[in-house]
Amino acid sequence: MSASAIMFYILAAFILGTGLLAVTTGKIFRSAIWLLFSLTGIAGLYFWMQMEFIAAVQIIVYVGGIVVLIIFSIFLTQRSGQEMLKPLPRRAAFSALAVIAGFALTYLLIRQHEFKPTLRPAVEASVANIGVQLLSTTEHGYILPFEVVSILLLAAMIGCIVIAIKTKPAEK
Amino acid sequence: MNEIPLTHILFVSTALFFIGAYGFFTRRNMITMLMSVELILNSVNINFVAFNKYLYPDKLDGIFFTIFIITIAAAEAAVAIAIIINLYRSHHSIDVEDAGEMKF
Repeated sequence: MSASAIMFYILAAFILGTGLLAVTTGKIFRSAIWLLFSLTGIAGLYFWMQMEFIAAVQIIVYVGGIVVLIIFSIFLTQRSGQEMLKPLPRRAAFSALAVIAGFALTYLLIRQHEFKPTLRPAVEASVANIGVQLLSTTEHGYILPFEVVSILLLAAMIGCIVIAIKTKPAEK
Repeated sequence: MNEIPLTHILFVSTALFFIGAYGFFTRRNMITMLMSVELILNSVNINFVAFNKYLYPDKLDGIFFTIFIITIAAAEAAVAIAIIINLYRSHHSIDVEDAGEMKF
């Protein structure tokens, strides 16, 4: 086993272990921190697959943006030192059963399927190639979804402000 | 990285998906449910990147799908947190069991 393979198994164990802790730990702030570690591990997995741009986006958007947003909202709405309510034992048992059955079924299907890689020459996933194809208007360009997603972000931003704005009680 | 078969990466992403699903089923706090949804979305992203790298290295489509999923996940998290904060103002709790007024 080479160093690269060992790296992969360490990353996989890290991602799964911290992910499992993030959904089972009792305190909400610790749960957010475990989620942070899990997302960082996924960024490491992207680095391992030599997708540097996606790894950078993952760190900037998830670790730097979404987790910070979640931590802020925890501070605004929760007493973070307190233990959360435990899940009902019956519900936890049945969810674990359903999840394990679903995992077994999916992984059996994956094991049986034969994946056939293409034989065409590989194209380098560099930032230059990604940028050119993302903004090209030719047949395989992604300019239309890019513009649609930018409108979606604008709409989401305005929507957030409208939803979360504090309305003053009506004065007499 | 060629000595690791694709099925091992798919094992990681499948396990992460079902860990997120378990959290979504058992948690009753809305913020932790949102965190489970983030785990699920990330497992899908791992799949897209791994398929692009292993099966179709001549294309970049998996990368674009991943970028769009990350963007939409960010928008979704922002809107969800705005709704959660608004709910906290009116109900003083973000437990899903306490917000049953719009059930029917």
